[in-house]
Amino acid sequence: MLAWPLVDQMNPSGDTLALASIDVDLSKVIEGGHVTIKWRGKPLFVRYRTQAEIASAVKDDHIDFRDKVRSLDAERHVPGKPQYLVLVGVCTHLGCVPVFNEGEWGGWLCHCHGSQYDTSGRRRAGPAPLNLEVPDIAVLSDTKIKVG
Amino acid sequence: MRRKLSVIAAVLALGVSGVAAGSAAAAENAVLTHQTWSFAGPFGTFDQRSLQRGYKVYREVCSTCHTMNLLSFRNLGEKYGPFYDEKYPNPNDNPYVKSLASSITTIPDINPDTGDAIQRPGVTADHFPDPFPNEIAAKASTGGAIPPDLSVIIKAREGGADYVYSLLKGFDAPPAGLIVPSNLNYNKSYPGDLSSAWHGPKGSHLPPGGLIGMKKPLDDCKVTFDDGTGCTVDQEAKDVVTFLAWASEPKQTERKRLGMWVMIYLVFMAGLAYASYRKVWKNESHG
Amino acid sequence: MSGSPSTYQPKNGFTRWMDARLPILRLAHDSFVDYPTPRNLNYWWTFGAILSFMLGMQIVTGIVLAMHYVPNATMAFKSVEHIMRDVNYGWLVRYLHSNGASMFFIAVYIHMLRGLYYGSFKAPREVLWILGCIIYLLMMATGFLGYALPWGQMSFHGATVITNLFGALPLVGGAIKTWLWGGFSVDNATLNRFFSLHYLLPFMIAGVVILHVWALHVSGQNNPTGVEPKSKADTVPFTPYATVKDGFGVALFAVMFGFFVFFMPNALGDAANYIPANPLVTPQHIVPEWYYLPFYAILRSIDNKLLGVLAMFGSIGLLFILPWLDTSKVRSMRFRPAARTFFIFFVIDALILGWCGHNPTDAYVFRVGAEGPGLTVKVLAQIGTFYWFVYFVAITPLLGKFEKTLPVPDTISSPVLSGAATAEKA
Repeated sequence: MLAWPLVDQMNPSGDTLALASIDVDLSKVIEGGHVTIKWRGKPLFVRYRTQAEIASAVKDDHIDFRDKVRSLDAERHVPGKPQYLVLVGVCTHLGCVPVFNEGEWGGWLCHCHGSQYDTSGRRRAGPAPLNLEVPDIAVLSDTKIKVG
Repeated sequence: MRRKLSVIAAVLALGVSGVAAGSAAAAENAVLTHQTWSFAGPFGTFDQRSLQRGYKVYREVCSTCHTMNLLSFRNLGEKYGPFYDEKYPNPNDNPYVKSLASSITTIPDINPDTGDAIQRPGVTADHFPDPFPNEIAAKASTGGAIPPDLSVIIKAREGGADYVYSLLKGFDAPPAGLIVPSNLNYNKSYPGDLSSAWHGPKGSHLPPGGLIGMKKPLDDCKVTFDDGTGCTVDQEAKDVVTFLAWASEPKQTERKRLGMWVMIYLVFMAGLAYASYRKVWKNESHG
Repeated sequence: MSGSPSTYQPKNGFTRWMDARLPILRLAHDSFVDYPTPRNLNYWWTFGAILSFMLGMQIVTGIVLAMHYVPNATMAFKSVEHIMRDVNYGWLVRYLHSNGASMFFIAVYIHMLRGLYYGSFKAPREVLWILGCIIYLLMMATGFLGYALPWGQMSFHGATVITNLFGALPLVGGAIKTWLWGGFSVDNATLNRFFSLHYLLPFMIAGVVILHVWALHVSGQNNPTGVEPKSKADTVPFTPYATVKDGFGVALFAVMFGFFVFFMPNALGDAANYIPANPLVTPQHIVPEWYYLPFYAILRSIDNKLLGVLAMFGSIGLLFILPWLDTSKVRSMRFRPAARTFFIFFVIDALILGWCGHNPTDAYVFRVGAEGPGLTVKVLAQIGTFYWFVYFVAITPLLGKFEKTLPVPDTISSPVLSGAATAEKA
C-alpha cells in the first residue's frame, strides 16, 4: 500500500521500542511490600506476598470471576516464585491507577469508579471488565526478572 | 413564548455555571476556613509588605523542601511584585532584588575555566534553586512524600488561597482513636479518607481531614518580620499565602486593571452597536 | 437566495478590471451585502456570526501561542507558564484561547438548539445541517487535542481515558491504541502528534464552514415562523440590516467573553490541570471540560465498555440523521406546542447529563439517611441517556405523526399584517 509509510510513521519509533523491556531486581521488595516501577510509561506493581495472601488467592481460584481468562493464581504470579506478583498497575476499566491495600479483597481499589482487585490482581467488584494485566515475564536469575 | 425561550436561556446559563461550580462530592469532610484576601475579586490588589513578609517565610521555611522552579529572582522586582521599586522599572537593575539573589550562594553552575560543577551566588536571572537534586532525593529525605512545587500551587488546588491557608493552620492534634503512621501527620484540612485509620468509639463520625506527609511547617515566630509585624502562625500563614497567590500568577493585577478598561470599552461599543441597530432598522418592520 | 441575478455594479476602473478576472468582490457583494435575509430573524440567529468571530479568535490566538509553546512532555507545562509570565501579553493570549474554547462551545450549543427548535435542519437544509454536525465533531476533536497540550494532570489522564476507549473495539482495538499513542501509553509521542493535529483541524473546520455558508446561501436562512420568504416584502438586504444586528450580538457576546477572560479566567477549567502530568498518580476525579460532560455521562452510564462507547458516539450520530427522523409537516416549534414541551425536557436532560458527567458515578443525588437506598449519579445518567435516545428515535418521529399543530401563517409578514396572531411571538 502506497499510504503505508504515512500510517506506519505513527507506530512506536525505535527509541520507544528500546524501552519496551526492563529488568527488575526482586530483592528490592520486602515481604508484604509493594513497589511501583515505571514500564512503558505505565506503572508496574511488584508485590512480595505473605503466605496468608498467597493462600487467600489460591483459595478463591475457582469462584466465578467476571474475567475467566488467566484467573488461576498459579497462572498469574512470577513463574516458579508464588510470593512475587508482577502486574500492570492500570485499571482495566478506564485506565486509572488503583491504590494498594484498599478495598475488601486484600488487593487494590481503583478510586475512579470503584473497581476492586484481590490478592492475585483479579477483578472482584466494580465496572472493570478484566483482571489486572500480567505482562510477559522471563526469569533471569533467583532475584532478577525481565518484564516485557 | 418569548418568556418561555428566555427561561430556556436562563436555565442553560444556570446549567453551565452550575456544572462549572457544583459537585456532589465537593471537598468532602475537610475543614475550609474562608478569609477575606486583599487580592480577591475584580479590584483585588496585593499588599506589598505582606508579599515581602510572605517571601521571607517561603525563603526561610518552605524552600528547605519545596521547589518553586517557575519563579526567578527578577520576578520579585516586577511591577505589582514584592520588591518592585518604581525607580527601577527593569527588575534586573533593582539593587534589593540583586542582593536577595546573591544572598543565595548555592546556585549550581559550571566553572567557566575548568568545566567543573560548582556552586555560585545567584543573579537576578536565576530561577529559585531546588533544595534537592531530584525528586527521588526529595522523597528519601521526607519519608516518602514528594513536596509539590509551589509556583502555581494556589491555582492547582480546589479552594485556592483559602485551602492553602486552612492547610497551614490545620495541624491539630489527632483525635483519640486515630492511628497516625510515623511518616504521616494529621491535618484537618487535607482531603483524604481516614476510614482505615479511625478506631474511635462505635457510631462516632469520622474526624475531618486526612493524613499528609508534611510536618507542621509554621510555629509562632519561626520567622521574624523586619517591619515589626507580629509573627504568629496566623500572620505567617496569611503572608505566605499572599506571596504564593502572587507567585501563581504575577500578571493578575495587570489583568484586572486592563480588564476594567476593556469592559468599559466593550460595554460602550455594545451600546454604540445597539444604537446603530435601532437606527438602521428604524423604519423597517421585523416581520 | 442563490439563483437570483447579481446586482453588483463595479464603480471604478480597478473594480471593473478585478471583476473581469476574479469576481471576488462580486461574490462578497452578492453573499453578504445584497443577499436577501428574512426580516423576522431574532437574536438566536446572531450566533452564526458569533461563531465565525470565535473561530477567527481561536485561530489567531492559537497561532500566536504556537510561537511560544513547546510540544514536548518535559517542556510543555513550563512553556505555558513561560507564556503566562514572560511573553508580553502572553497571559492575555492564553486566557483568550482557553476561555475562547468554552465560549465557542456555548455559542455552538445555542446555535444547534436554535436549529432544533425552529426546524432549520429540515428539507431543503439537510446538507447544511449535516455540514454543521461535521463542524461540531471537528470542534470536539480539536478541543480534546488542545486540552492535552498544557500537559497537566487532567490533560494527561483525560487523554489516557479517551484513547483507552479505542481498546473497546474488538480485534483491532489494541493495535489502534498503540498506533494512536505512538507507544505503549500516552507519552511524548502522543503529545507531539496531538499538537500537530490540533493545529491542522481548525483549518479543516474553516473549510467546512465555507461549505456550510455556501449551502446556507443556496436555500436561504430559515426564520422563526418556519415559512419560506415568498416575496421581497419578507426580506431585507443582509447589509446593513443583518450586519448591524450581528454586530450587536457579537458585541454582547464579547462582553460575556471579556468577563471570563479578565475576572474569572479559570472558572470553567479544573484546578488539577495546574499540576504537571504524572502518569503514576491518578487524580481523584477525572473530568473532561464542561462541553463534553453530557457525553461523558452517557459513556459511563453503561457498564459494557464497547456499548458505552457506541452509545456516546451514537448520541451524536443521531443528529446526522435528524432530518429523516423528524416527520413533522410544520417546521418551527413556535407552532408545535407538544414538540416544544419535549424539546424543553431535552434541554433539561442535557443539563442533567452534564451535571452527572461532572460527578463520580457512585455518588448519591439524594439518599434516605446515611446508609439507605437512594438515587446514584449513575442511575440518573442512565435515565438521562434513555430520554436522549428516546427523544430522537421515538418521540421526534411519532410527534410528527400525531401532534396537533397551531395554524401556520402564510407568509413571514402576515403575523402582523393580517392580525392572525393566534401564535404568540416566540
